Amino acid sequence: MTANGQKVMIKGTRDGLTLHLDDQCSFESILKELQEQLSMNGLTEEHPMIRVTIQLGNRYLNEEQKEKLSAVVREKQKLVVEQIESDVLTKEEALEWKENTEITPVAKTVRSGQRIEIKGDLLLIGDVNPGGQIHATGNIFVMGSLRGIAHAGTGGNTQTVIAASYMQPSQLRIADQLSRSPDYESEGVYMECGFIDDSHGKIRIDRLQEVVKKRPDLVSFERRMING
Amino acid sequence: MGEAIVITSGKGGVGKTTTTANLGTALALQKKKVCLVDTDIGLRNLDVVMGLENRIIYDIVDVVNERCKTKQALITDKRFDCLHLLPAAQTSDKSEVTPEGIKGIVDELKQDYDYVVIDCPAGIEQGYKNAVAGADKAIVVTTPEKSSVRDADRIIGLLEQEEMESPKLVINRIRNHMMKNGDMLDVDEIVNVLSIDLLGIVIDDDAVIKASNSGEPVAMKPNSKASLAYRNIARRILGETVPLMNLNEERGMLAKVKRFFGMRT
Repeated sequence: MTANGQKVMIKGTRDGLTLHLDDQCSFESILKELQEQLSMNGLTEEHPMIRVTIQLGNRYLNEEQKEKLSAVVREKQKLVVEQIESDVLTKEEALEWKENTEITPVAKTVRSGQRIEIKGDLLLIGDVNPGGQIHATGNIFVMGSLRGIAHAGTGGNTQTVIAASYMQPSQLRIADQLSRSPDYESEGVYMECGFIDDSHGKIRIDRLQEVVKKRPDLVSFERRMING
Repeated sequence: MGEAIVITSGKGGVGKTTTTANLGTALALQKKKVCLVDTDIGLRNLDVVMGLENRIIYDIVDVVNERCKTKQALITDKRFDCLHLLPAAQTSDKSEVTPEGIKGIVDELKQDYDYVVIDCPAGIEQGYKNAVAGADKAIVVTTPEKSSVRDADRIIGLLEQEEMESPKLVINRIRNHMMKNGDMLDVDEIVNVLSIDLLGIVIDDDAVIKASNSGEPVAMKPNSKASLAYRNIARRILGETVPLMNLNEERGMLAKVKRFFGMRT
């Protein structure tokens, strides 16, 4: 990348522009070169907004620096920074990322008045009885009967799901959505899964097999890498 | 060294006191040395159910506050010499005693008795904490009602935090016809939700009310269904394997003949 002395390399892709920034030189020189490079592009008014992804390589930027960088790019009217990607993480971020992507198994009956809170995915081996609560920032899988309250995606992740061997919850909560059981006496269902239906933005319960189709990346490693 | 069993339920009115009285009587029938301890301070009634109210001189609060010796407060049952009662106080309240105080008494009683059966007050506050402090085992009483099962579930959750083995379940006041119609939760459903071992089921029997009003535990009556149920529970506690009572009453000629010969149906 640095063979020709260039610190900023601009590539056009289907989704917009990708800026590859050299990761060996100083941050100031990057900003300087970026300003020069971008000012050369003369764009007319009719052009639509261009989305920009910035690849930092092995460079770590703190929030302040990221803001500076985005500001430089944003100065050009037609550019919006969509994402800043770096190959390095701080230990703190890495730990948090690990916590939020890990699956935590818990083997117990969650009884009335008890509450479990988990970072990441929860695998509960046991029942949730009426009056019991389980919360996770990720997905919830219950190998047993879910009769209490389950809240997936407590951090706001709407892509999370709640699956149970036997589903008769008093409430399902996903991110900021809530659905409750009907007021009439109802039988539970076996092997079903709750998720947010994208077309309505409301929680729906469907067969486990159907949900796997809707959330194909439910367990794939890539999802964790990107969404981490 | 005996063992201490606490009878608890969370919800009030499900039959903790009745169960305590009858279990104690049934164990005494099996020639065990039993001491009943009433920890429902301020609302005592185990002594009434046992018909021993008129014999009370000292009570558990007197023992905790060292106004008397434990032996002085114990009342011997009318029917069995091996059955004793440590009554609760009526005039003070639950905050007068501490879990440590009760534990001390229970540990002392365990030296002399095979079984110490503790009657727990309703609720999950001080009174409950006092009652479970000295116990080695717990029996959770519930009725086939949602509210009572919910409270039993809560209590089981709390008991699991104590250092004792997993509690056992007694389902009380079963009305067979309602269970059959599905108007009442059935036994399997309750056991399924609470996921603890079932120790016994007791049918809702008029004889129970009659017996407790006359101060004579129903376990003394040889032919009532509830009595048999309590005696079966006692035998299970002693380690015998006794099948669950058949809820369906046999009707027809054969059953009549069997009943005539005194065979249990």
